[in-house]
Amino acid sequence: MDILELLCQNSRLTDEQIATMTGLDEETVKNTIKNLEEENIILKYSAIINWEKTDKEIVHALIDVRITPQQGHGFNAIAERICQYDEVKSVSLISGGYDLSVEVEGKTMKEIALFVAERLAPIDGVLSTTTHFILKRYKQNGVFFTDGPKDKRLVVTP
Amino acid sequence: MNSEKYISDIIKKIPSSGIRRFFDLVTNSKDIISLGVGEPDFTTPWLIRKEGIDALDRGSTTYTSNLGLPELRIAISTFLKNHYNLDYNPEKEIMVTVGASEAIDLAVRCLLNNDDEVLIPEPSYVSYAPCVALTRGIPVFVPTDARNNFKLTPDDLKSKITRKTKALILSYPNNPTGAIMTENDLYDILNIIIENDLIVISDEIYSELTYEGKHVSIASLPEMKERTILINGFSKAFAMTGWRLGYIASNPAFIEAMNKIHQYTTICAPIMSQLAAIKGLNNCEEDVIKMRKTYDQRRRFIIKGFREIGFECFEPKGAFYIFPSIKKTGMDSQQFCERLLKEEKVAVVPGDAFGPSGNGFIRVSYAYSLDRIIKALEKIEHFARKFI
Repeated sequence: MDILELLCQNSRLTDEQIATMTGLDEETVKNTIKNLEEENIILKYSAIINWEKTDKEIVHALIDVRITPQQGHGFNAIAERICQYDEVKSVSLISGGYDLSVEVEGKTMKEIALFVAERLAPIDGVLSTTTHFILKRYKQNGVFFTDGPKDKRLVVTP
Repeated sequence: MNSEKYISDIIKKIPSSGIRRFFDLVTNSKDIISLGVGEPDFTTPWLIRKEGIDALDRGSTTYTSNLGLPELRIAISTFLKNHYNLDYNPEKEIMVTVGASEAIDLAVRCLLNNDDEVLIPEPSYVSYAPCVALTRGIPVFVPTDARNNFKLTPDDLKSKITRKTKALILSYPNNPTGAIMTENDLYDILNIIIENDLIVISDEIYSELTYEGKHVSIASLPEMKERTILINGFSKAFAMTGWRLGYIASNPAFIEAMNKIHQYTTICAPIMSQLAAIKGLNNCEEDVIKMRKTYDQRRRFIIKGFREIGFECFEPKGAFYIFPSIKKTGMDSQQFCERLLKEEKVAVVPGDAFGPSGNGFIRVSYAYSLDRIIKALEKIEHFARKFI
């Protein structure tokens, strides 16, 4: 678990660095990570990018989707179908007023609107969609997108 | 008006802290990466903060009894029993103070007459010697050595005892070295303390930040409870530096004596801090464990980092500092820190700010995020390559 928590904080940590921090030997760390990858517990190593600071035009939207559960499949069949689209970045089953939360990425708001209208909404079993465009990110996966909390401590203290 | 002439001789004699001098230097520099602080980088756990907010909300804004809220003293007593196997009566043997800093001041003031000597193993926290001097006692440094992992050895202790020696200030886990004293280490000095009738002021503020084995309080050793003034607090373990809350556990006579000073100078610790601290002791052990684990991971990381750069560095087992030797670079602590600050914009604290034995060393705090530590290590390596 320590290894996973450390990789979650910083996936660029080397096996050697993780071994140092956990007190495990490097070989054990290497093998454990290999097993975790093979068991699909570690799925991917990824970076969190603040695209707003780049030239790339990119728009994200969260779409609340209400669906009709299917006999024998529940919500899974439709959810898995929605997952197939490249524009779709994440799909989660949610408790509350709607069923699926779908994050979609596109170049423009119009592109996302068309995706919803032409590909997502017409799927059999989709009852309704509500699209929320992400205007600004403040925090994602524990990482602050704004300046984050400032270190308010004095620079040197006893 | 020449204000200087009115200031007391004792104040004039006390030099400004070496840390203060370095702090002035650092604050005039811009965009620096600091590994120079002696306080947690965690915010006080939410439950404790909420209790502080609720205390204000409920209108808990009054004085408390001088010794502190009875519920807090009970919680402290239970904590000391459960964690360090110490038995203190919450009514007569525990008092709450404004930080461990006030506790240190009270302890020396309640004990010392003019020219009584107090032994202080050094490198040491910067307040001990000035507090002793302000009481018109005489601080006597006992140098400790990296070869002994900065522990107080029986020979070193014996060598400084005179007929004027009244007390010994122990501070383990230690700021700045991170050294600890194991139970065996404490037994080694036990007879010397008892034979010479010394009182021990044991500052154990970093006790919960002990990474290998369990912290042992000297007060738990035979015959030591009566002759120990045990100091602890909430700043480090519970990340509550700004709440200014500490406590003392000792025999009733000492507590009563210290309470005389406390009641005329301070009255009591802030009630909202005391209420919040009860929550901390009763409900936040998991938070402490989590913070300790994170410090430990960083500790292992930073020790290895410094050793790989080529600095000699004994393995500190407590607090959140490492104390590597920079002697290989040919510079003294001040030169090293000033050049590192100027050339790489990294701040660490010169070891001699904590006493002459600290010269040739630097204090590096790892109460910082791993990302910050990695960045600082890269810069320190770049700097060190010029010399080693």
